[in-house]
Amino acid sequence: MRTTATRGRPELYTSYRQEIALLNTRPKRVWVTAMVLVAVLMPFSLTDDVLQLLATGFVAAIGAIGLNIVTGYAGQVSLGHAFFLAIGAYTAAALSGDPDGRVIGFGVTSLPVWLLAAGAAAALAGVIVAPLAVRLRGLYLAIVTLALVFIGEHVFRDWTDLTGGPGVGRPAAVPTLFGQRLDVDGEFFTKSQKLYLLMLVLLVIFAVLARNLVRSRTGRAMAAVRDRDIAASVIGIDLTKYKLIAFAVSSFYAGVAGALLYVTIGFFDPGSFNLLMSVQYIAMILIGGVATISGSIMGAMFITLLPRITRELPAVLPFVSSDATGRISVFQVEAILYGLLIIGFLIFEPRGMYGIWIRIRNYWKSWPFSY
Amino acid sequence: MTELLQSLVRGLGSGSVYALLAIGFVIIYKSMRVISFAQPAFMLAGAVLVSYLVTGMNFFLAVLVAAALVALLGVGVERTALRPMIGKPVFVISIITLGVDVVIRVVVNSYIGLDVRQVGDPWGLRTVSLFGVDVQQRYLAMFLTTMVLVTVLFVFFKYSRMGLAMRATAFDQEVALSQGVSVGGVFALSWAIAGALAAIAGVFVSTGAGLDQSLWIIALKALPVIILGGLDSVGGAVIAGLAVGVFESIVGTYGGRVSHLFDGEFAQVSPYILMMLVLLVRPYGLFGTREVERV
Repeated sequence: MRTTATRGRPELYTSYRQEIALLNTRPKRVWVTAMVLVAVLMPFSLTDDVLQLLATGFVAAIGAIGLNIVTGYAGQVSLGHAFFLAIGAYTAAALSGDPDGRVIGFGVTSLPVWLLAAGAAAALAGVIVAPLAVRLRGLYLAIVTLALVFIGEHVFRDWTDLTGGPGVGRPAAVPTLFGQRLDVDGEFFTKSQKLYLLMLVLLVIFAVLARNLVRSRTGRAMAAVRDRDIAASVIGIDLTKYKLIAFAVSSFYAGVAGALLYVTIGFFDPGSFNLLMSVQYIAMILIGGVATISGSIMGAMFITLLPRITRELPAVLPFVSSDATGRISVFQVEAILYGLLIIGFLIFEPRGMYGIWIRIRNYWKSWPFSY
Repeated sequence: MTELLQSLVRGLGSGSVYALLAIGFVIIYKSMRVISFAQPAFMLAGAVLVSYLVTGMNFFLAVLVAAALVALLGVGVERTALRPMIGKPVFVISIITLGVDVVIRVVVNSYIGLDVRQVGDPWGLRTVSLFGVDVQQRYLAMFLTTMVLVTVLFVFFKYSRMGLAMRATAFDQEVALSQGVSVGGVFALSWAIAGALAAIAGVFVSTGAGLDQSLWIIALKALPVIILGGLDSVGGAVIAGLAVGVFESIVGTYGGRVSHLFDGEFAQVSPYILMMLVLLVRPYGLFGTREVERV
């Protein structure tokens, strides 16, 4: 493909297709390959609890990519992500649950089946909510989606046949692939290694799909709706259609993430899908980088690893106590950190961790002549 | 009949609390075009301050001091976290207030602890007979205080110089600035008023049963109220606040008899459902200004 004219000039694009390619520069190709390789080799050198944490981070990243599609790319602020996560989680858990158990279950444990069903159920919910989004803008929409979380919380708390009720909970979805249970220790791999690899593969699949979506005609239309919806509709973009697509895709991702979120722990409570969870996902995309896929992944990993990092604090800072009784406990530090990080990133680095990376990259790109 | 009247009074009482909170949201929205998600934290802070202050002084004095302190806190938040963001998209600023809320609430929670604290109000759960119906004194106190505060605010906006400045800023910030209005001062004052109102609302919510860490959720019920009333209408906030309070209380009393789907905690989420239904019909609330757009 590369002609003689472009030899030695890797960033000279001779076609539009070349510029919007998935991996359009050589460093991107090299580094993405290297990172995926490292991620694949990681399970053989890390302990199981770290692997589980990373696997949860990968799942959160899928959810964060979903939120970034609707909020970052299409500009429709959603505080209701926890609601869609919950729908996915309960669809998957109900489908794969034990038919003779104390909560609803249908015994379909095949992973692809319940994963797609969870995504589809959440997407359907997204499509039902979307008409509101078409009529409302900005902060009105934020409040309506916030209301979804409260209504969802109430429904899941009351529907004890499905959710097990608050404080009791129900078992999470059971992952089987090609007749193999993935959530038990196997002959070659431990449970954590299997789940880690599963989540990694799924994250790569969903990240590539999302990247393809946002660099397509649909993605550009969504960005146009975000930047100026009136201008977008003047140039012939159907606002209703693209807002609907954004909500459906975002909810699909949320549903998938919700279905996988508790597979590693194996148990979940209806109370976990609350406003705090929505705020965490908002924090992920704001800290990671709005309207970037790699930023969503960075942000999700960061927020997921944050509790682990703060748990190490009492060793460094003696006034932080490690139990919940002290005046400054690690849990409080963690909650305050969410808040401070959101404020700090928005004020000082609105492009998030992705922006920091861009700055570092630009510094070294022109090194030693960087100003 | 007695039951209906009692739930009506209860609804008006809690509705006036929602109205106080909603006015805070609306005042901030009018001056900065931002929905402040920090109101729950201010409310909680006010209640906690009173519960500590009341050990050393009269209850009413304690409420005034707490309201003043929370107003100061509001000004502080506005200066440090929001002033640098002027000109940025409103969504970003709103998310910052969400962060502020989390931070303040964690600090306040550590002063609440795990127990229920009392604000030491003079009403308790005592009742008074009103037209032959026993109603709790605290609901009457809430309603009357709110009405007095709302009247004071209306007079302030209508007749004082600063009130005029605030209305001018809400109308057009740049024009107000060019006429010599201190827009920064208006921002600070609106955060102060919102903080003080939230603090008073917090005290009222904590009368009777006391306050614990889960109280902040109540402040978010002001969101359906401001949507129903329209984001930029103070009068709408008062009317919608009372309406939502009464609606919630009626649903709480009679909902369970219609169907078991509507009993128990359903009353708590009913304002949100009411809001969604109204929004489908009127996207800019009942009293809000319709944004005109031509394509």
